[in-house]
Amino acid sequence: MDVTIVDYKSGNISSVINSFKEVAKDKVNIEVTSDLNKIKSSDKVVLPGQGSFKSCIDGLNSINGLIDTLSEFALNNKKPLLGICVGLQMFADVGYEEVETKGLGWVSGKVSKIDNQDGKYKLPHIGWNQINIVKESKIFKDIENNSHMYFVHSYEFIPNDNSVTAATTDYASNIVCAVEKENIFGTQFHPEKSDKTGLKIIDNFINL
Amino acid sequence: MLKNRIIPCLDVKNGRVVKGINFVDLKDAGDPVEQAKIYSDGGADEICFLDITASNENRDTIYEVVEKTSKKCFVPLTVGGGVRSIDDINKLLNSGADKVSINTAAVQNSKVVEDSSRKFGSQCIVVAIDAKRKDTGWEIYTHGGRNPTGVNALEFASKMEKCGAGELLVTSMDKDGTQSGYDIELMQKISSIVNIPVIASGGVGTLDHLVDGIKSGASAVLAASIFHYGTYSVNEAKQYLASKDIPVRI
Repeated sequence: MDVTIVDYKSGNISSVINSFKEVAKDKVNIEVTSDLNKIKSSDKVVLPGQGSFKSCIDGLNSINGLIDTLSEFALNNKKPLLGICVGLQMFADVGYEEVETKGLGWVSGKVSKIDNQDGKYKLPHIGWNQINIVKESKIFKDIENNSHMYFVHSYEFIPNDNSVTAATTDYASNIVCAVEKENIFGTQFHPEKSDKTGLKIIDNFINL
Repeated sequence: MLKNRIIPCLDVKNGRVVKGINFVDLKDAGDPVEQAKIYSDGGADEICFLDITASNENRDTIYEVVEKTSKKCFVPLTVGGGVRSIDDINKLLNSGADKVSINTAAVQNSKVVEDSSRKFGSQCIVVAIDAKRKDTGWEIYTHGGRNPTGVNALEFASKMEKCGAGELLVTSMDKDGTQSGYDIELMQKISSIVNIPVIASGGVGTLDHLVDGIKSGASAVLAASIFHYGTYSVNEAKQYLASKDIPVRI
């Protein structure tokens, strides 16, 4: 099996690579590439993302044909895709970080700054927070409710249809922190930095 | 609920841990990778490496240490010490660091913080503030606490937030190494004027000091000696904080 981590020069993805390689051992081939043919032929795709919504969308757009290839992979071929952090946020129709930026539109919704109640809550939301699993998701197999995950973000994904929400976390309000829509998965937290529980989620995704 | 973080810090010199944990079953007490793994297995919320390598020819040793550690530890890894430029930050991130802490360079040229947070995202830029108490407030020191700058620490903290720092690592130079507790007033003042998380550092000798650090408004507490010398394990520290009704990840 081939799992491709999309390398579109947006942020630091070495931790994502390390964690997937740790879980995959020798059983699964982990590719790190922006080569469209390799993405097309792989079984699963991971879309990481760090920095701002706009910088990540710009990064995807800077590689000719990448967005079309990813859309075909996820929407037409319905193969499993996991977005992490801004990788998840980009599923939305629109993001409001820096300037209003069009998203991929795969999971209807928007990405807005977390309402920190006039400074009552510090931003970024950094650290370990518990997740409240609200629907059975394949990537949460053997993950206990209220498990701790590592977060670092200031913006949140607000889906239009709540049925895509797989988990929420409590910070100033109920923040959507995992989505599942058919073959499309996303986590706002960083499974690659969430110790053994995070690695289990990666393992679940690899074994889908 | 967001938990308060406990961050053990390891001093690394020429690729070796300077002050190590004295564990009997440790194969190589000077190996930073092995020490970091002990901390992460013990429940550390993050790991911090402070590179205190003095000579330029040995500076590259830290990249190898970071690379090896990031393949074994799956909690966030912050690396600081001697970070001068965007290029240094890039190399550390590519080696596997999740965050980079900038000290002297941030004071000398705040544009490094602006440019790096724009390029890599605020989430990986930590500004380390070394402050000393004066009659008029707190003054920033650079170069590992050797050089006074005349810069007011509170003003500098606000400025760094505006420049795009994701977190502030605040060390009291008066308290560092004394094991007499954090400079609580400094932590309170800085935590209340900025809206980004503050990591309290410098002076921890007992578990009550960690409690005081969190109560001062800091989001995370950093300690070196109490963990280095095996006085307490990370897990013991967390159990103690929990017993004092401070939310931690256990």
